[in-house]
Amino acid sequence: MDGDDRVFGDRTPGVEHYEDTANFLSYTAGLGFALLLTIASFVVAQTDLLWAPGVAVGLVVLAFAQIGVHLVFFLHLGSGPDHTNNIVALAFGVMVVFLVIVGSIWIIANLHANMM
Amino acid sequence: MLGRLSWAAIPFNEPLPLLSAAAVAIIALGVLGIVTVKGWWPYLWREWLTSVDHKRIGVLYMCLGLIMLLRGFADAIMMRSQQAIAVGHAQGYLPPDHYDQIFSAHGTIMIFFVAMPLVIGLMNVIVPLQLGVRDVAFPVLNSVSFWLTASGALLINASLVIGNFARTGWMGYPPLSELPFSPDVGVDYYLWSLQISGIGTLLTGVNFVTTILKLRAPGMTYFRMPVFCWTALAANMLVIAAFPILTATFAMLLLDRYLGMHFFTNDFGGNQMMYVNLFWAWGHPEVYILILPAFGIYSEVIATFSGKALFGYRSMVLATLGICVLSFMVWLHHFFTMGAGADVNAFFGIMSTVIAVPTGVKVFNWLFTLYRGRIVFTTPVLFSIGFMVTFVIGGMTGVLLAVPPVDFVLHNSVFLVAHFHNVIIGGVLFGALAGYNYWFPKVFGFTLDEGWGKASFWCWLIGFYLAFMPLYVLGLMGMTRRLQHISDPSWQPLLLVAEAGAVVIFLGILCQIAQLAVSIRTRRRHLDLTGDPWGGRTLEWATSSPPPAYNFAVLPRVETIDAFWEFKRKGLAAVEPSYEAIEMPRNSPTGIVIAFFAVATGFALIWHIWWLAILGLAAAAVTFLAFGWSEDRQREIPASEIARMEQARLGLRGAA
Amino acid sequence: MTIATTDFVPTELARGRGGGGPAPTRVVVAYGFWIFLLSDFVLFSGLFGAYAVLSGNAAGGPSGAELFNFRNVFIETACLLFSSYTCGLGALAAERRQPGGFLIFSAFTFVLGAAFLFIEGSEFAGLVGAGAGPSRSAFLSAFFTLVGTHGAHVTCGLIWLLYMVAQVVAKGLRPHVLRRLLCFSLFWHALDIIWVGVFTMVYLMGAR
Repeated sequence: MDGDDRVFGDRTPGVEHYEDTANFLSYTAGLGFALLLTIASFVVAQTDLLWAPGVAVGLVVLAFAQIGVHLVFFLHLGSGPDHTNNIVALAFGVMVVFLVIVGSIWIIANLHANMM
Repeated sequence: MLGRLSWAAIPFNEPLPLLSAAAVAIIALGVLGIVTVKGWWPYLWREWLTSVDHKRIGVLYMCLGLIMLLRGFADAIMMRSQQAIAVGHAQGYLPPDHYDQIFSAHGTIMIFFVAMPLVIGLMNVIVPLQLGVRDVAFPVLNSVSFWLTASGALLINASLVIGNFARTGWMGYPPLSELPFSPDVGVDYYLWSLQISGIGTLLTGVNFVTTILKLRAPGMTYFRMPVFCWTALAANMLVIAAFPILTATFAMLLLDRYLGMHFFTNDFGGNQMMYVNLFWAWGHPEVYILILPAFGIYSEVIATFSGKALFGYRSMVLATLGICVLSFMVWLHHFFTMGAGADVNAFFGIMSTVIAVPTGVKVFNWLFTLYRGRIVFTTPVLFSIGFMVTFVIGGMTGVLLAVPPVDFVLHNSVFLVAHFHNVIIGGVLFGALAGYNYWFPKVFGFTLDEGWGKASFWCWLIGFYLAFMPLYVLGLMGMTRRLQHISDPSWQPLLLVAEAGAVVIFLGILCQIAQLAVSIRTRRRHLDLTGDPWGGRTLEWATSSPPPAYNFAVLPRVETIDAFWEFKRKGLAAVEPSYEAIEMPRNSPTGIVIAFFAVATGFALIWHIWWLAILGLAAAAVTFLAFGWSEDRQREIPASEIARMEQARLGLRGAA
Repeated sequence: MTIATTDFVPTELARGRGGGGPAPTRVVVAYGFWIFLLSDFVLFSGLFGAYAVLSGNAAGGPSGAELFNFRNVFIETACLLFSSYTCGLGALAAERRQPGGFLIFSAFTFVLGAAFLFIEGSEFAGLVGAGAGPSRSAFLSAFFTLVGTHGAHVTCGLIWLLYMVAQVVAKGLRPHVLRRLLCFSLFWHALDIIWVGVFTMVYLMGAR
């Protein structure tokens, strides 16, 4: 029963798929990219490399990039038809996370501005 | 040793709670006594308490919901009576302290322990059957979910006898719910019982999304799924996305109360508005979690009893998914008056108006399904038609409230109370009752009495209008919600009409109890021998009533929407398939054992009995780890036994 | 009437639109756990939202800029990232049915994860000792809760890792053990994803 997932071609994040070398390279590349992005984040935050008002945006971009690296290289998330359910679920989750965080910031800031 | 628990926690000097507690204790002990004397414990343990069968778990949820409906309704009629009497000089019979606990308990119980269990129960029973599979994705987790929900219900009811409940309303806004203003156990009962049942609900969400997306009969593509399964999918996606917000919010309030943190306190930088914001970020999706499965039930009922396919299947699916996404973009309409600027209020006001559009699409689809159908006016259909009229009125008042300037006048008035009861009773409860009447024969093997069913419908319908239409008028006249005493005597006539409505609803509930009793007593006269008493369209009607544990001996091969209708139309003869052994999950005590420890832990945390809390938590963890180690979770039903059961079923059907 | 069925063969068309019948257990379990993880992300979003809103409310007490030590945060981040890497290599070894390799990489994962927790625990103890505990201000409440909840998840992960090592030793790399390992890997990688959000939003942005 469990070897059958190749037959059905259904994929879930994290499942290894028998292409050993490719997977080892995937993890190592992921580590490399993530390390670079982490160092970049620290550098951006602590030096004047980026124009000061742009630092927050830069950090967000770098964070999203690193999360993407994790999803693709560590969790083997792909874009093929086998992965549609996973991507849709992730997209829905990301939408909710975005609405909660950004929505809360917008609302509370607006309340603060109107009441202070 | 016992934290802050002492004999003073039992309300010896307050007759009403003491009497109700005594009544409940007598009934509970009586039931337990009868079960023991008749030797039913082995049967109950084996067939119900440790069952991981979705059909059994669904029935347990429905029982929980219906019993808690009685408790929630008792709260309601007490409130109505108080408001009808306590006008001008009269003080009524409920002191403010009690009245506050009653309206808080009423809301909490009705939403979390009536509406949610009824909806989840129906999804549990029907979704795997409609998908043509044998059970949900994670059966033991399903059992855990139910028992955690029941634990929450038990804790809330315990607050009636030992200690007191929250006086904050069902939303628990700070600073009233913080320690300086609610130092006693009430808010802690509220928070812990909902955190515990919240875990159960979240696990249900995971279970059903996985089941609907990954476990369907061969050939059942997404667009061949019954509409009830689509609405169940959308509702469970909302559960996964919304309940963690509530968990986080309650956790922050608990941290304030237990560890002296300052998320929502008045001092040290706390922000109470953040609680309101986060609470409703959960709260709005929650109401769609309740209504979407009800919409699915109406789709099934109306299609079946019109003898026609549902009109506009694709637009129904798109409307459902649209509602699912939009429900996350409207939550600020619950606090327009909290002080946000015009831009924020306008955005959320417009989104709240927009979300009415997909619902409108659904209503038109139902009407077009009925049009030119051969309609049979059974109880489920009456509830569906009653829903369409009532819900449209409730929806329109909702769209009215979505306009911020209007909401500034009507926020927290009884107009609001009338609106949400309008949509919840007219939408969710009528749907649950329609589903209950519609699917009862599938679960128990005999239909419910139609006469008493229709009587209960008319009482509910008339009672609802009598009870809540006056509240719309009173809201416009300026009456706010949660009033223990009425100072304006001109309001009394309408409040008396509302009280009459509550009494008529009570008659409706009595009719339902009568319906059940009469149906059980006369069940041999209306057995469902074919498994398809209504001429159904979807796969649950392809099984016997009740279905065997494995649902389908051979998973059906689906080729169209309304798979069962197509099979009947094509006249697929009784071809004897070759039966194979089926693996089904074994029973498991994990659910009820974890729940037992959860109740102990919750009670201990509420009363600050720290050693018991740690012990309970450790025991629950060990139970979970034991489950995580276990292997032998499946049992095999041999092919010969399957063949025997199927032949008996076909023989029964042939005799019908 | 029994529904007649034929031997089911999944066609390309049916598979593309989800008509392939019930998925294998491994896929079902992994997808269910993925959904659960997404719900955990939403839980964190509530805590992130609260932090974002309250991070400026230091109530006269110390702010992030005064309290955060970047060297420690970088070391913590590196530890967690490398532990994700070793976890992945452990998963590969398990798939290749190499219990020895799995155990070695699990040991690295555990040590790195424990190092992360040690640094974080020391940070918390230091803050509390300096009078900057969670009850000092709303900002600190939000900080301790967000970072602490992540730390609690890491702790549960380490306990789970020990439990999985015990299962592998006792039962070997059988299908159901492999399924549970899969869930653990998903969990561990997800924790690193959350940490990216934490160190970016709390430490790097908070110190500006």
